[in-house]
Amino acid sequence: MLHPFQQPQRRPLETLAEWSIRAVASVSIVVIFLIFLFVFRETLSLFVSTDHGQPVADDVTGQMDDGPEVYNPPQLEDLDVPEVYNPETGGLPETSSTGQQQEQPDERTVWEKLFHDVWQPVGEQPKFGLLPLIIGTAKTTFIAILIGAPLGILAALYTAFFAPRRLRNVIKPAIELLAGFPSVVIGFFCLVTVATFVQETLGVEFRLNALVGGIGLSLAVIPIVYAITEDALSAVPKSLRAASLALGSSEWQTAYRVMLPAAAPGVIAAVILGVGRAFGETMIAIMATGNAPMVSWAAATPARTFAATIGSEMGEVVWGSEHYGVLFLLGTLLFVVSFSLNALTELYVKKRLIKRFQGK
Amino acid sequence: MAKEYPTKISARDFSVFYGPKQALFDISLQIPQNRVTAFIGPSGCGKSTFLRSINRMNDLIDGATGQGALTVDGIDVYDKSVNVSVLRRKIGMVFQKSIPFPKSIYENITYGLTLLEKVSRSELDHIVEQSLRRAALWDEVKDRLHHSAMGLSGGQQQRLCIARAVAVNPEILLMDEPCSALDPISTGKVEELITELKDTYTIVLVTHNMQQAARVSDYTGFFLMGRLIEFDRTRTLFTSPAKKETEDYITGRFG
Repeated sequence: MLHPFQQPQRRPLETLAEWSIRAVASVSIVVIFLIFLFVFRETLSLFVSTDHGQPVADDVTGQMDDGPEVYNPPQLEDLDVPEVYNPETGGLPETSSTGQQQEQPDERTVWEKLFHDVWQPVGEQPKFGLLPLIIGTAKTTFIAILIGAPLGILAALYTAFFAPRRLRNVIKPAIELLAGFPSVVIGFFCLVTVATFVQETLGVEFRLNALVGGIGLSLAVIPIVYAITEDALSAVPKSLRAASLALGSSEWQTAYRVMLPAAAPGVIAAVILGVGRAFGETMIAIMATGNAPMVSWAAATPARTFAATIGSEMGEVVWGSEHYGVLFLLGTLLFVVSFSLNALTELYVKKRLIKRFQGK
Repeated sequence: MAKEYPTKISARDFSVFYGPKQALFDISLQIPQNRVTAFIGPSGCGKSTFLRSINRMNDLIDGATGQGALTVDGIDVYDKSVNVSVLRRKIGMVFQKSIPFPKSIYENITYGLTLLEKVSRSELDHIVEQSLRRAALWDEVKDRLHHSAMGLSGGQQQRLCIARAVAVNPEILLMDEPCSALDPISTGKVEELITELKDTYTIVLVTHNMQQAARVSDYTGFFLMGRLIEFDRTRTLFTSPAKKETEDYITGRFG
């Protein structure tokens, strides 16, 4: 006879629940891993394929059931392609040479095509220059964070420490509601209202530009930065505030010099997540930036981001072509950058801050 | 009640309300300068409320209002003309829980100093050392002034909080159960400190520990249900209390 302590636990329902939770968690991890794997595999096709001029689809056609849609360059050459370069697809003076090169196979390597300052993925000699996209992504993200992070943090400081309770109960849900706004609505608003406002006040040459896009993206960034910062500030012990006020500091000094530094790990995480959002946001970027790949650091020129490029070109790309591979390369880069941003916060920034604040 | 020391803090018919609820009823007493005055009484009797009224920390509680007169150096602290920041600098406070700022030891001490004006580095160094010495902490932390204060032990943290309060050169020190979270050795150090500091400051101490009140204080007030039952020299109050409630409490018959 077993002692009551030693009798096995029999709670079948709990065991079942535990296992199903475990299964659901595993599924989500597996899904993330598979997405990751898929994106990398498609990117890899760009680099391992030997015939760079030829679309990768040639090898794949047999396996894939999309025969008639496959892009076939020889057929295209048989067609009556006009000698004159169509300005709509490129419009750059150097393209006049394409006529002579038409017969020669494209000898450039993938790398040569990527390290180029023109993004012109469709044409006789497609150019997959990443530089304009990198610049476009960097400047819109930068503008979005430059506007969104201070506004989000200051709004959080205000509602956490200064706003009367009743006002706080209005502001907090209102800003959080902004996070749930469909981004197409924000994009539309920027396209119509913000663009007009920016053009009328600054008199810029291009109506849609990186500044308008950055403002649009900041509308998506603010609620994220706000919500996380607010939570971090509210989590700081109230006794810290009392201690600071008891030393004769004002509310503002307390908020700025004690509460904000105490919440710093949360605030930094908020900003990094904000960067991730601005970086990956697609719809607002497509609608409000002008979506033209240009090599220009000016805020008032159009820009095109990685995400917007994928968003606007993936629908029309030839399945398995080089262009397709390059779009997946953009996806990989997006993935790698956001992954490293998160890893950086987790491993380095937080550790350093925790060390500083906990004195370990 | 004989008094050889001038009055620093004085209350006359002072009451505090939290919203509609009255927490303190017509408190009248006079706290002498450069002495240690202790307040004892069961939890919720209003002794902390009274303490927090002196430097107006009660303002932080929603709906708290004061009535009657509470003066420091003859000036009513609830008067409209009072600059609360200056008042709080003049009246330092040490809390029940040690709450160092999540900054370095050095920055914890200099925080209060740099709030109003720019102070030179050498002067800051001097004040940091002086304050830490005064709080009997200098020898333990002098080699790690720029390390985080969160790494100190509980007793060290509490002494750091005392050093932080002393650094801004206040005239009064309010201590709200400063030893309730400390072990007996740390408590002993803080009590020693209180005795040393009373030459420079007027100290008001709230404590649950009657032995502590008897050990360190010169005057003791006994609070019960929001009323000040008795206020006298500590020796008198503990040896021959005038009121029956006081006697019941200090002999442990309730509370």
